[in-house]
Amino acid sequence: MDAAPLAWMAWTWPTALFFLFILGCFVVMSIWEYFVPGGSPRHGVLGLDTTRGDRLFISLLGSAFIFLAWLGIVGMPLTAPIVIAILFAIAVFIWV
Amino acid sequence: MKKIDNNKAWWFVAPVVLLVAFNAVIPLMTVVNFSVQETFGDNVFFWAGVQWFEDVLRSERFHAALFRQVMFTGLVLLIEIPLGLLIALAMPRKGPWVSVCLVMMALPLLIPWNVVGAMWNIFALPDIGLLGRMINGLGIDYNYTRQPIGAWFTVVLMDVWHWTSLVVLLCYAGLVSIPDAYYQAAKVDGARPWAVFRYIQLPKLKYVLTIAILLRFMDSFMIYTEVVGLTGGGPGNSTTFLSIDLVKIALGQFDLGPAGAMSIIYFLIILLMSWLFYTLMMRGEDR
Repeated sequence: MDAAPLAWMAWTWPTALFFLFILGCFVVMSIWEYFVPGGSPRHGVLGLDTTRGDRLFISLLGSAFIFLAWLGIVGMPLTAPIVIAILFAIAVFIWV
Repeated sequence: MKKIDNNKAWWFVAPVVLLVAFNAVIPLMTVVNFSVQETFGDNVFFWAGVQWFEDVLRSERFHAALFRQVMFTGLVLLIEIPLGLLIALAMPRKGPWVSVCLVMMALPLLIPWNVVGAMWNIFALPDIGLLGRMINGLGIDYNYTRQPIGAWFTVVLMDVWHWTSLVVLLCYAGLVSIPDAYYQAAKVDGARPWAVFRYIQLPKLKYVLTIAILLRFMDSFMIYTEVVGLTGGGPGNSTTFLSIDLVKIALGQFDLGPAGAMSIIYFLIILLMSWLFYTLMMRGEDR
């Protein structure tokens, strides 16, 4: 991607896919909100009042720390933390 | 929770979204891109994967800087929040002294951060500085340019001087907004000052205190300019906090990859702490 106008941002395919994934999450959340408005708020197991958006935020932030912890303690490869992060996100969306 | 019908209001948010995109999202994306690559300049990058994250997370240097940062922020919060609250409680609510006190309190906040660093640098010098001379005159051996404890004392004192006013002003605004009826009711019930504080003032100050603690947490966790002006991170590395170490890695050593990885970890820590703090303080409240 050198001569491109965004060359200074040093884009790579993995990072681009990562941000597309985040953007995809927002799009899916927006569509979900359109069909089921209100964000389905509830009082979860942690004693917090969360909406869908809060649950997505907790999932993403939690996943980031799962990856960091794995990298700091175990290292490569990252297949296990991916599985843990997905399970964590599912758990957050069901119970938190 | 009911759906709000007037969705046109969202368009008013658009300029902010654009602004945030330019000053936060795009730079953050660039940092993420840097964090997985190695560069020797000239805009040429080589893929490095998550190598830098592993390096940073396992480096003694990062752990030490993080530890110093947490200690500093903890100390600053422990001193500034109670002190700010006390000063706000002691300030007059009526009369000519109100404006005098408010101006006095606002003054440190108006001084540019690098000037604060330079000012304290001279103020605390053991040979010519007013503070340094005074402490040494008391028979205490104090030299912040050589002693880590002296440097920490000076850095914390400088931050308390610079930022306690913010807590004071926030708390004062909160206190002034409590209606007189509460105090009158307390008087009728014969409440002691402590009870007035515990059951009227403190609950009413919950939100401003949350904001004060959040602001002071974030600012002190990201402190850079004042400390660089005062100690430059020294003596040795004793006051090298995360941001100072980050600048050393990014600009001093031009290691943009590790610096990118460190920035992201730093950012995630601040995000987590702010979220945890906000969520815990606001638990059980209607947002």
